[in-house]
Amino acid sequence: MASLSSLRGWAVAFALLATLPWLPAPIGTPYHLELATQVLTMAIFALSLQLLVGITGLVSLGHAAFYGAAAYAVTALAPQGEAGNGWGLLLAAVGSAALLALVIGALVMRTQAVYFIMVTLAFAQLVYFVAHDSPWFGGSDGAYLYFKPAFSIGGQLLFDLDRPAVFYGFTLGCTAFTVAVLTLVLRSRFGHALVGIRHNEQRMRAAGFSTQGYKLAAFVLAGALAGLAGFLYATRSGYVNPEILSWHQSGNALVMIILGGLGSLPGAAIGAAAFVLLAEAFQAMTSHWQLLLGGFIIAIVALLPRGLVGLPALLTPARRRAPSAEAAPAAQPREVLP
Amino acid sequence: MDLTTFLIQCLNSVQYGLLLFLVASGLTLIFGIMGVINLAHGAFYMVGAYLAFTLASLTGSFEAALLLGIVLSVVFGYVLEWCFFSFLYERDHLQQVLMTFGLILVAEELRSILVGNDVHGVPMPAWLAGSIALGPDMTYPVYRLFISAVCLAVAGGMYAVLKHTRLGMTVRAGAVNREMVQSLGINISLLYRVVFAAGLALAVLAGMIAAPVSSVYPGMGGQVLIVCFVVVVIGGIGSIKGALVAALLIGFVDTFGKVFWQEAAGALVYVLMAVILLCKPQGLFKQGT
Repeated sequence: MASLSSLRGWAVAFALLATLPWLPAPIGTPYHLELATQVLTMAIFALSLQLLVGITGLVSLGHAAFYGAAAYAVTALAPQGEAGNGWGLLLAAVGSAALLALVIGALVMRTQAVYFIMVTLAFAQLVYFVAHDSPWFGGSDGAYLYFKPAFSIGGQLLFDLDRPAVFYGFTLGCTAFTVAVLTLVLRSRFGHALVGIRHNEQRMRAAGFSTQGYKLAAFVLAGALAGLAGFLYATRSGYVNPEILSWHQSGNALVMIILGGLGSLPGAAIGAAAFVLLAEAFQAMTSHWQLLLGGFIIAIVALLPRGLVGLPALLTPARRRAPSAEAAPAAQPREVLP
Repeated sequence: MDLTTFLIQCLNSVQYGLLLFLVASGLTLIFGIMGVINLAHGAFYMVGAYLAFTLASLTGSFEAALLLGIVLSVVFGYVLEWCFFSFLYERDHLQQVLMTFGLILVAEELRSILVGNDVHGVPMPAWLAGSIALGPDMTYPVYRLFISAVCLAVAGGMYAVLKHTRLGMTVRAGAVNREMVQSLGINISLLYRVVFAAGLALAVLAGMIAAPVSSVYPGMGGQVLIVCFVVVVIGGIGSIKGALVAALLIGFVDTFGKVFWQEAAGALVYVLMAVILLCKPQGLFKQGT
């Protein structure tokens, strides 16, 4: 649970990240701002999936559907010749992702474990083919967003998203919002119920919780937050294509949270950062960068059973003296799959 | 649509379905027995296709490439399980997913380093290159019939091994209750290694025999992987019989979907899967059948 020290950790992390645009030349360049914005967008996406997978125990391989639906909603609803209303578009994007999550969630909650993985994948593939094959969304060519949405109050423009530093700050704010929402959820009765469902759904039902309702609520909330990430993606890149709905996108998000550490909010953010930054670094080194990334992932699985968040615990001497404490949680398979 | 076209589409459906079954049966074996969600299974299929291309150009004979490829893939599967999976069974299943994801990246990149990124064709052996006449003005390629025949032979062989041998009995028992199998004195880690090697060999074999018709190209594994997951889940995880039925079902739905309703063909398979799983959340057949 979110203790005071983890809150302090988030505060320090966000404070450090907020200084990025003011850092001197080798770091604070537009390239780095763009990269950092990309990392934060993926972090929001991974955090939203963490609520489902790591906290509620619902392994979804179709999370990109909500991310992509929101991104498509922005390009479809924004006016062609001028900047759209930011508030309206943000609301529409997140709302359509949440609505889609409600519809899909209501259908998939009947299935469990591996079947749940596959049904979420099936629905995500459906969304993918709708975007890819139907004439309304630009097909495989994708669709463009020509003007970044304008966020204004009473005709007064609040901030200018065309400037990279401002867009970065906006994304950082959205990330902080996501972390705050998920931290509050984890501390609430709702969050405790979700953790209980992951551990033993039958017992939760016997204790009088309507687990289907709780799981559906988690699914919709996760979908809405993924929609927030999708909104940021569409506004930043100004372009959407069916690739953002593909199962690779869902798979990448799943890899990020397993890589970072299941069930941990910092783990999701660290996993997303590691994934995006390593891919970028390896790409700069060699054209065969996937070999390095794959090797890195394999090494992490082999050496760090709890993901990247388990790294400090492995390095501190106190834990090293008691290896059983490290091995105990890992040796007990979580009841995610049969 | 006249009768001959209908017949040809049926043959195409059966051939596609049987090929899917070949890949999916390996996936469902590994899935059902070992509990590993093997995302790298599509990569093994791709490895098979590239093996067929490389070995056929080295040896000059498709048949020799086929035999050599099967031997290599069994050895490769045995070693792979030992190196990358043998220590993962105690852990969360998602760790294995992550491991197989890493293997996909490595396999794709090694393929790109060793063979390159070009699209290749694999020549089919001369005695299979012809086609037979169906009706007055339609023909059907013999090689596609050959694919179906190989798949049927493998399916029959698997049925015989699983139902009528001691190894098959152990495998079926392992799918139902692995702790019990282990406590009856069966070396479960050896069983896992054999099952993994066999599953991998099935994917490689499918890739090799599909190579002459589908050609060999980068990223061919990913497409197959998802369809095979659909097959496995519709059929019921761990059920070979289910995989066969589901693969044929998908073969027909996909082939005829492309004939009658081109725009929605891509999505049809997933609609089918969603409908089946919403009616029967555990798939069509039970595990171990």
